[in-house]
Amino acid sequence: MGEPATKQPLSLEELEAAASLRTGRKHVLSILVENKTGVLTRIAGLFARRGFNIDTLTVGPTEDEQVSRVTLTVDGALHPIDQVTKQLHKLINVLKIRDLEPADTVARELALFKVSADGVQRGELMQIAEIFRGKVVDVSKRAVIIEITGTTDKIAAFEAMVRPFGLIEMMRTGEIAISRGRGET
Amino acid sequence: MRAVDAVMECLKAEGVEVVFGLPGGANLPTYDAIVSGGIRHILVRHEAGGGHAAEGYAKATGKVGVAFATSGPGATNLVTPICDAMMDSVPVVFLTGQVRTELLGTDGFQEADTIGISMPVVKHSFMIQSPPEIPRAIHEAFHLARTGRPGPVLVDIPQDLSRAEIQYEPVTDVRLPGYQPRVEGNQKQIRQAAKALASSQRPVIYAGGGVVNANASQELTEFVTSDRFPITCTLMGLGAFAAPHPQWLGMLGMHGTRAANYAMDEADLICAVGARFDDRITGKLSEFAPRAKFIHIDVDPAEISKNVPAHIPIVGDAKHVLAKLLIEYRAIAADPTRLDAWWSRIEGWRSKYPLTYEDSADSEIKPQYMIQALYEATGGEAIVTSDVGQHQMWTAQYYHFPKPRRWVNSGGLGTMGFGLPAAMGAAVGCPDQLVCCVAGDGSVQMNAQELATCSENDIPIKVFIMNNGYLGMVRQWQELFWDRRYSAVDMGRFPDFVKLAEAHGATGMRFEDKRTLVEDFKRAIATEGPVVVDVRVTREENTYPMIPAGQPAREMVG
Repeated sequence: MGEPATKQPLSLEELEAAASLRTGRKHVLSILVENKTGVLTRIAGLFARRGFNIDTLTVGPTEDEQVSRVTLTVDGALHPIDQVTKQLHKLINVLKIRDLEPADTVARELALFKVSADGVQRGELMQIAEIFRGKVVDVSKRAVIIEITGTTDKIAAFEAMVRPFGLIEMMRTGEIAISRGRGET
Repeated sequence: MRAVDAVMECLKAEGVEVVFGLPGGANLPTYDAIVSGGIRHILVRHEAGGGHAAEGYAKATGKVGVAFATSGPGATNLVTPICDAMMDSVPVVFLTGQVRTELLGTDGFQEADTIGISMPVVKHSFMIQSPPEIPRAIHEAFHLARTGRPGPVLVDIPQDLSRAEIQYEPVTDVRLPGYQPRVEGNQKQIRQAAKALASSQRPVIYAGGGVVNANASQELTEFVTSDRFPITCTLMGLGAFAAPHPQWLGMLGMHGTRAANYAMDEADLICAVGARFDDRITGKLSEFAPRAKFIHIDVDPAEISKNVPAHIPIVGDAKHVLAKLLIEYRAIAADPTRLDAWWSRIEGWRSKYPLTYEDSADSEIKPQYMIQALYEATGGEAIVTSDVGQHQMWTAQYYHFPKPRRWVNSGGLGTMGFGLPAAMGAAVGCPDQLVCCVAGDGSVQMNAQELATCSENDIPIKVFIMNNGYLGMVRQWQELFWDRRYSAVDMGRFPDFVKLAEAHGATGMRFEDKRTLVEDFKRAIATEGPVVVDVRVTREENTYPMIPAGQPAREMVG
């Protein structure tokens, strides 16, 4: 029989009480998977069915063509990370999972910003881009496109700076991350 | 040879004796190969019946069950058995046909995205993309199905690829780098568990279906009886510890005994073996076993601390871990008298709250009595299958299983229509044993078509329909929790189960008198071939005791 046992409506407090172990921070999971069809569907499906939210997701080849790397970020405030990784491990095509420690990790993201800019504003925008080590990759009469790489925080800071100019479009790749030092991620 | 002929070779190499299935366009090549493939095939009447039969075969024998279906509707009809096998960790390999590769993705005739539809409910699945990979996929499917935490594995083969010629060489190894189940158990953790058990004053051993799957019944019994540990089993674990026994508390959970549930509630240490703290066990999670620490032994690490945080987690197979735990525990030589107070508390519950019901004074058959009569008529020695609902719970309560793999039911998914085809599969797997199906008058109709399969193939199952004319468990909930506003639970007068049986080539009987019931049951069992017994029981009887959903164990009613 389905819950609840009676037709009494459930209170919100009761629903919230169903929470369990949470770490309360963002987690970057670096996952090596077999390069086979349907692997991404299995991962995405697992997240959907267990009620986990993916914040960002990137997939790409590795130095070994049989193996791909999936980097995904999950909010540890919302989900029990331990359960997320254990469930991922059950997927047969998943070879290895690292929950990367922020202090021992270099993480980068690429973003493209299309900002409206007429003559006067263009100079100011280019100055800001320079401070953020961004590159202007396209200029037209009424807009510029700026490319930025960096941490998620840096990109968020840049976004805050250019938003007042009129942000037409923004695209972000989601983070990739690699562990520091000689050891493999 | 053709890839499909190689499939037959692979199945034989895996020890497959029998396959349940139904042909169609996309698996015509498979059915051509089976003609001279050397494997017994049982033609079912519906793919769901075939899938559940494969499950029943697997649960009763411990071997991997196999079911075939064609593409599209054939495969979608398998979804319920696949999901059922996933929830109850049943090793079954499903082989489905798929449309030709040139038609894939075109909404071709009888095309369905079988891999996509089944993905959330399989342990793993293989979409075949080139013929040479077929033999390896079959062997990997069997390896995955039977090892670690068992489960359903699906292999989907497009029709043109299955017809292709390949160079077949027997496969002797599997290559699954991402799959290495841990079975041994960490020795340090096991030692710690032994110490915790030796010093606990109010321990309970809580065993589940994982013990049955691991064939660890003997190890469990030796460990439990090495001290005076109270033991309770889940619905899926029944038979893992032989009932009745002085240390046996009965089943726990929603319709378990008070002794078992109260013992869990007051325990200071709970040792869970191959069980997963399902909501039907814990009731209100925040108030579940509030005084207890937990040892959790499971082969699936994701089960540990999923619902209840474990103090001593042990990832491993019940057979290995229990054997080691016994050695560690014996080495400590714990004082058994420390459990005296605990046992007198448990005995108090036992004598105050035995499993009981108010029997009728006349010929009326109470449903509980029906199960007691079946227990008596079979001497407790049958393999019993069931569907889901009141009849399932009463069978779990009143049929005391002396051995594992005797109780075959749908626990996790709670599938109506599971019992009859599962009995068929169990009877095929265990031809020397008596196989009885206890069904509800509602649920039996969901796969009654397989009676014809039983008659055609001389599969002598005995089906006992607990006929109260209701979808009984739903009616009970409506009575207790929805102000007795009965909605869509009255099944009315049809069908006539005796005629239904006869129409399918089986023997039909109807019993309405309690006073002759045991003898009547014996007569039904002695009748050759498949038999359907329509047993008219009390219409409105409730399954008690009961923990209302979402309540803690001490709120048991009835």
